[in-house]
Amino acid sequence: MRAALWRRRIGHGALGLGFVALLLLLWDLGVRGEWVLLFDIKMGFLPAPDVVARLLWDFAFGGLYDDAYSGTLLEHLTASALRVLAGFGLAAALAVPIGVLMGRFPLVNAALDPAVNLFRPVPATAWVPLVLLIIGFGSQATIFLITLSAFFPILLNTIAATREVPPRLVEAARMLGTTRVGVLMKVVVPAATPGIVSGLRIGLGLGWVILVLGEANGIDTGLGSMIMLAREQVRTDRVVVGMIVIGLAGFLSDRILVLGFKGLFGRRPLVRA
Amino acid sequence: MSGVRSAVAARSAGPVVDESGRVTLAGVGKRYETKRGPVDAVADVDLEVAPGEFVAIVGASGCGKSTLLRILAGFEGHTSGTVEVGGAPVRGPGPARGVVFQDYGLFPWLTVAENVRFGLRQQRWSRARAKQRAAEMIEVVGLTRFADRFPGELSGGMQQRVAIARVLAADPALLLMDEPFGALDALTRTTMQHELKRLRAESGATVLFVTHSIEEAVYLADRVVVMAGGASHGAPGHIAAIVPVDLGDERDVNGPAFNDLERRIAALVHES
Ligand SMILES: Nc1ncnc2c1ncn2[C@@H]1O[C@H](COP(=O)(O)OP(=O)(O)OP(=O)(O)O)[C@@H](O)[C@H]1O
Ligand SMILES: [Mg+2]
Repeated sequence: MRAALWRRRIGHGALGLGFVALLLLLWDLGVRGEWVLLFDIKMGFLPAPDVVARLLWDFAFGGLYDDAYSGTLLEHLTASALRVLAGFGLAAALAVPIGVLMGRFPLVNAALDPAVNLFRPVPATAWVPLVLLIIGFGSQATIFLITLSAFFPILLNTIAATREVPPRLVEAARMLGTTRVGVLMKVVVPAATPGIVSGLRIGLGLGWVILVLGEANGIDTGLGSMIMLAREQVRTDRVVVGMIVIGLAGFLSDRILVLGFKGLFGRRPLVRA
Repeated sequence: MSGVRSAVAARSAGPVVDESGRVTLAGVGKRYETKRGPVDAVADVDLEVAPGEFVAIVGASGCGKSTLLRILAGFEGHTSGTVEVGGAPVRGPGPARGVVFQDYGLFPWLTVAENVRFGLRQQRWSRARAKQRAAEMIEVVGLTRFADRFPGELSGGMQQRVAIARVLAADPALLLMDEPFGALDALTRTTMQHELKRLRAESGATVLFVTHSIEEAVYLADRVVVMAGGASHGAPGHIAAIVPVDLGDERDVNGPAFNDLERRIAALVHES
């Protein structure tokens, strides 16, 4: 049983890695052959994978090119991660409690729902000009944009999850002597936890998306600012390096979030598999 | 199981008869206001259940069995008549009236032991006492080996045992059970019936037990209430007959007296 399971896992892993290798190969061939693809993608303008790999190495450990970015990955990653964390943390701290109250109390929902629906459709990109005018360039504007964009998915997932709490569980708790208020913490929040965690994951992912937008202006440390600067300097290789690092950071932060919750909950079935 | 009734005894004033498990329904009705006008789920229900009595409720689907139980549990209000348990009107749910649901209603994120402890902690039992009481109750339902498992890891029969242990832990005066064994296979169901009989004898709680199985009703109950009507019949749900079960404590489900009674009740269910 165990062995068969592992064999299948390894098989699936090999399949996935094989596909990535195929993409890398096509990338390399495309660059060398200067393919022109759909949407008028001019592969000839891309750096080849090995060029990107060397630059990535230099960005991480230095010693190859000795430019301003050599060996600074950790510095940029930390600056960006802290902004994502701050924005995401603030969004979660606001959205989860508000979502629980909106999900459970029709009056709270009636009071807040119109405002939520008014603000929610405005994309973060549309906020940027206003934010630059009323906050100004910098970290605070970035964190604000991240908070704003992470807030709504967390809120909506929390509302939906608290509404889907089986009424039976609320009845069971009430019948066992739990007060109306007690039910909120004892039943609604744990029962809604899988959905809330899903919302948090979406919010955190969006945080990394919005990071580039926020760091585009007036910031000199951060992965987003690096990408934007590299674009101005027409350094496609550095743009791609920044994209890769942001992608990995987003992936890793999601894993850390999920594993953190799993560690917290142990065997309790509170996080979706 | 010593001291099962101790809490109840402490609640009641009179030392001789414990009245806290008495159920009095007088002229009880429940009307739902729906978009297509009012619907009378039940009407004019009169029923008196003595403390410690086991009453089964049978009747066709939609005749208001669950409605009646939910009113007694305090989950829903009634729209006419009076509903009293232990001489006091029912106002909202509470631990003096334990409810066992067909779908168990266990908290999936709590272990068996934590589920059983839950109510006691809500009633401000100390951690140590609650823990000890829960362990006792888990032993009574034979799940000691599974105390640290989660409900999702247990069979339906085992989950229902947990649900029963969790309400009995608080020593309720009244036990309300709505098709508690309806989702179990025949074999498990028979075992659970035996166990319920034993637990109920030990606890002394009054039991109202809704079932679709007439055999189960005759096997367990002191009296069988036959309900009829229901929204789909154009008449509100009501009590059509009340049949006493005078078969003693040892009941043979294959005996002639048992089968006679079963047939009589089946006839009452079908004709009404
Ligand atoms: N919220 C509601 N709104 C309107 N009508 C309702 C509502 N709840 C129950 N009813 C009606 O009340 C009647 C009694 O329902 P109830 O669930 O008590 O029946 P039951 O005897 O328990 O049936 P079953 O054997 O199928 O469980 C039904 O006709 C049902 O349609
Ligand atoms: Mg029912």
